[in-house]
Amino acid sequence: MIVDGIGASVKRVEDHRFLSGKGHYTDDMNRPGQTHAVFRRSDSPHARIKSIDIAAASKMAGVVAIFTGADLAAEGVGGVPCGWQIHNKDGSPMAEPMHPVLAIDKVRHVGDPIAMVVAETKQQAKDAAEAINIEFEELGGISDVRAAIAPGAPLVHDDVASNVCFDWHIGDKAATEAAFANAFKIIKLDLTNNRLVPNAMEPRAAISEYDISSGEYTLHTTSQNPHVIRLLMGAFVLHIPEHKLRVVAPDVGGGFGSKIFHYAEEAALTWAAAKVLRPIKWTADRSESFITDAHGRDHVSHAELAVAEDGKFLGLRVETLANMGAYLSTFAPSVPTYLSATLLAGVYTTPAIYAQVKAVFTHTVPVDAYRGAGRPEATFLLERIVDVAARDLGMDRVEIRRKNFIPADAFPYQTPIALQYDSGDYQTTLRECLRMADYDGFEARRKAAAAKGKLRGIGMSTYVEACGIAPSAVAGALGARAGLYEVANIRVHPTGSVTVFTGAHSHGQGHETTFAQLVADQLGIPFNQIEIVHGDTSKVPFGMGTYGSRSLSVGGSAMVKAMDKIILKGRKIAAHLMEASLDDVEFKDGKFTVTGTDKSKAFAEISLTAYVPHNYPIEELEPGLEETAFYDPKNFTYPGGCHICEVEIDPNTGTVAVINFTAVDDVGRVINPMIVEGQVQGGIAQGIGQALLEHAIYDESGQLLSGSMMDYTMPRADDLPNILVGTESTMCTHNPLGAKGVGEVGAIGSPPAVINAVVDALRDYDVRHLDMPATPAKIWGIINAHTLKMAAE
Amino acid sequence: MPQISLTVNGKPASAEVESRTLLVELLREKLHLTGTHVGCDTSQCGACVVEVDGKSVKSCTMLAVQAAGAHVTTIEGLASADGKLHPMQEMFREHHALQCGYCTPGMVMSAIDLVNSHPDGLSEEQIRHGLEGNICRCTGYHNIVKAIHAAWFVMHGKEMPIAAE
Amino acid sequence: MYDFSYHKPGSVADAVKMLGADGEAKALAGGMTFIPVLKQRLNKPSAVVDLSAAGLSGIKLEGDKLIIGAMTTHATVASSPEVKKAIPALAHLANNIGDRQVRSRGTIGGSLANNDPSACYPSAVLALGATIHTNQRKVAADDYFQGMFATALEPGEIITAVEFPMAERAAYAKFPNPASRYAMVGVFVAKTAKGVRVAVTGAGQNGVFRHAAMEAALSTSFTPDAIKSVTTPADMMNADIHGSAAYRAHLVGVMAARAVAAA
Repeated sequence: MIVDGIGASVKRVEDHRFLSGKGHYTDDMNRPGQTHAVFRRSDSPHARIKSIDIAAASKMAGVVAIFTGADLAAEGVGGVPCGWQIHNKDGSPMAEPMHPVLAIDKVRHVGDPIAMVVAETKQQAKDAAEAINIEFEELGGISDVRAAIAPGAPLVHDDVASNVCFDWHIGDKAATEAAFANAFKIIKLDLTNNRLVPNAMEPRAAISEYDISSGEYTLHTTSQNPHVIRLLMGAFVLHIPEHKLRVVAPDVGGGFGSKIFHYAEEAALTWAAAKVLRPIKWTADRSESFITDAHGRDHVSHAELAVAEDGKFLGLRVETLANMGAYLSTFAPSVPTYLSATLLAGVYTTPAIYAQVKAVFTHTVPVDAYRGAGRPEATFLLERIVDVAARDLGMDRVEIRRKNFIPADAFPYQTPIALQYDSGDYQTTLRECLRMADYDGFEARRKAAAAKGKLRGIGMSTYVEACGIAPSAVAGALGARAGLYEVANIRVHPTGSVTVFTGAHSHGQGHETTFAQLVADQLGIPFNQIEIVHGDTSKVPFGMGTYGSRSLSVGGSAMVKAMDKIILKGRKIAAHLMEASLDDVEFKDGKFTVTGTDKSKAFAEISLTAYVPHNYPIEELEPGLEETAFYDPKNFTYPGGCHICEVEIDPNTGTVAVINFTAVDDVGRVINPMIVEGQVQGGIAQGIGQALLEHAIYDESGQLLSGSMMDYTMPRADDLPNILVGTESTMCTHNPLGAKGVGEVGAIGSPPAVINAVVDALRDYDVRHLDMPATPAKIWGIINAHTLKMAAE
Repeated sequence: MPQISLTVNGKPASAEVESRTLLVELLREKLHLTGTHVGCDTSQCGACVVEVDGKSVKSCTMLAVQAAGAHVTTIEGLASADGKLHPMQEMFREHHALQCGYCTPGMVMSAIDLVNSHPDGLSEEQIRHGLEGNICRCTGYHNIVKAIHAAWFVMHGKEMPIAAE
Repeated sequence: MYDFSYHKPGSVADAVKMLGADGEAKALAGGMTFIPVLKQRLNKPSAVVDLSAAGLSGIKLEGDKLIIGAMTTHATVASSPEVKKAIPALAHLANNIGDRQVRSRGTIGGSLANNDPSACYPSAVLALGATIHTNQRKVAADDYFQGMFATALEPGEIITAVEFPMAERAAYAKFPNPASRYAMVGVFVAKTAKGVRVAVTGAGQNGVFRHAAMEAALSTSFTPDAIKSVTTPADMMNADIHGSAAYRAHLVGVMAARAVAAA
């Protein structure tokens, strides 16, 4: 019996090294002969580069080399590629303008890199980067999506008319219009999903090396998916074949999506390592992260919900403008489309849905996936309009949800908007969450708060999301330019210990623990006999990495598949040793047993036999015990659940305090409940951050006003409440683990619960909707305006 | 360049630094103590917190030369020689108070200072307020608060009352 | 950071000499604002003169005066029995500046010399009618603060101590900037032998200022109700992404009322 197997809250194996300062993050490494790179970046949102003079800077102390876009172009270095292609309504492909590694001719956002200085020390590189003399012609920038598509707006790319990257739609327009024609009422809502800066605590960093004798390049980089970086950078940018390019992502200090993407700095460093013939290290300052890491969200939407008199949803139509920033980041086009619009059915039986998305270039940092990626935007829109519908119809907020839920016996459920949900039970997660949050006791708490002069409100969201990305054929049909399976290689050593090589990458998720639990459970061997290896293209055969809550459902399933192969081979060896037929040998609790007898062989006996094949079916079976599996999921997975938030507003200052937060999620199979709870809490903290605190604000022209933690509000311990987490799982029906995924649920489900609570708290102030973040200034503005209006009447 | 000597984790250390070298740069780059991290450049995040002469400070906001002669303790100096973790480290592990591990060293150093400076008790509110200078992006702080609360009892040799979650 | 030469003089006289000899030299107190400024390359001093060994730390009660050495840290002020006894509001203010680590190193003298418009200390110094001691003279708070980052200090002049009169009643209430946690609005109210004074930090376009209307109202009756109808002109206030001028003007009233209630 394995005690550290599936379902146990095993303490993390990663923790000892992180807690004792022995983590191995990219910036912790140094290479002999290492140089340091600093990028000279644009201070202007949009300008023509008239000239770049590096003469004086090149002569400065410690400078090894300075490279500009022209140097890279002269050697045929390609643009940074986009990994997802969307087609317009008319079938034509999206606009895909060149994204040069270092700017050529024009800069298109503040932070756009223009030159790379390589010097003996970082300070010397900084000194020289400052001394590069660049002449700009300012062209005037634009940051807001609505302004960017207006006639006469400055163009981000000369060849992209009206700054529109694509104009896409999904759903049955005619059926939706018919539904609206029959509506009792049409609920209309305009929403902005606020732009966010991911701010993983470890800034991006990289070290590039080139071995002149072998012609091999090595890049250590802060990535969630080193194989994807190798593929994109090797094949599209630098034209280095995979076998000459190694990409390593060691310990990575958080990602949240922002470290999925292939960034220009990685390519510039790798390319330059072969020029200076020395290792080159680059570590972003935080202020540099703010203007170079892909941002998240930034959608402006208009939504309309057609409802019947009894509150049944008849149809939904949505128009969204999605900010792409200045260039297309790796997965940017998928975020507002297939990761967002396809989710607009939510947990409801709305029969007709039609969504249109216009993706727009602006003079801002590229926008791409950030924890949840598209699904928080869809969930916020839906869960807000449902609350508004309840309000406009005079219905109870719980009742309108219950009335429209997809019933538990309706799965698999085909939504009108592409997705087929495999399992779920929304009534149960709602009921449990209402119970845990003591929803029924709220009115008493509201009264008690009122007695103290506080406005108390409660709000909920009932949501589903689509993750476990993704069935390759489906994703390919939708525009993905890569497969989205995962790979596992399981190497059983002669004495029975196991090394697992996985394409999933851990940067906080605790895979080294969870995956070891999974393997211990399935192979019946001790937890401490298992090593999980990830993040190195020279060790792991291949992999697609960690994002979209896919590591367990896709990566873990690949492990299960590989273990099935190991067990089958082990059974064959055992059958030979015990002179039994294969069908009579079963594997259980780490033992191969001949059914109905007391004859058995331990796992380690079989592994030893596999490597010392003296008594072995050598004619039929190769020696060794190592298997690789690629697992391509059959469908997305659909975690969901209910989040309930309770807030108190101080009407004198507008401050919103989250008093209670309760989440009951259906995440499918849980391997380690402790880690699952931590993932949910962390996601909710980011969701509360989005709802109340965080906002990347640009001025009209594209200057980032919240460009540091002095102005961008990061959630701190005293901004957040204790977060009560429960799980009510139904199993995923199409992967061997029943796992759905947990990485993003917190960030997806929580923002509308918070805003619904804030709106509820402001029930006496005539508030129908407010956009995030609900800052004190915004809340006070609402209260003050209402007070003035009342005084005037 | 100035040559400075100081005591780090109980051992004498000396290094040649520039006047502009920050304490965190001395620790990471000259003394190879890379457990102390840098997460921001505006003294907000606290990933770089170390103890200097008994007080927790942000080593990114102190010049190395200012630490000449000082006693500095970093995350690497907490565990005992046989590898046994400090109670705060142990409670962080026990309560899953870390995920990616990047903010963790600074968080642990701050937490130890917080617990040491509150011998008479430490409420949840005090813990949350006391972590004002440390930002974690992964955990939502819930488990960090729990870990520090538990560590207070261990560090002050008191029995922790059994309480509901 | 640009490089500079570093000096750590053992006395005020030596420090003054060093600063006087080099117009590009800058004094370093706790460094909590200055070092980040250097890191951002927003300042390029030729030399940095560290005042930490110049004998400027310490707190003493002399009759009806509380004297705090310029290099005394916020943590020391916050935990000082003398400060807690004489002017508890000052200890409370110091205990809520920045975070624990900032309080370990940040100093009262550094805060006043820098006169950041969102720093806490200037409000206490102005409201209590404190006196700034320098190596050359004594400057009354009313004459010392001269707008954002501007003070009466001459080049090469060093704050040595701050002298506070006793207060019958005093309190500080702060509304922190949600991101930086600096004061977005901080109001210090004080009733001393010389009367009632109210100083506001964080909110004003010209740094810390006295609120004459509130002082007049509180002189009549030192109660929150007395300032209920006192307004703060929004056109004097800062506006930024965290709040409008009108919001800041409103918060001045809220914080002032809270401070009066707490005093």
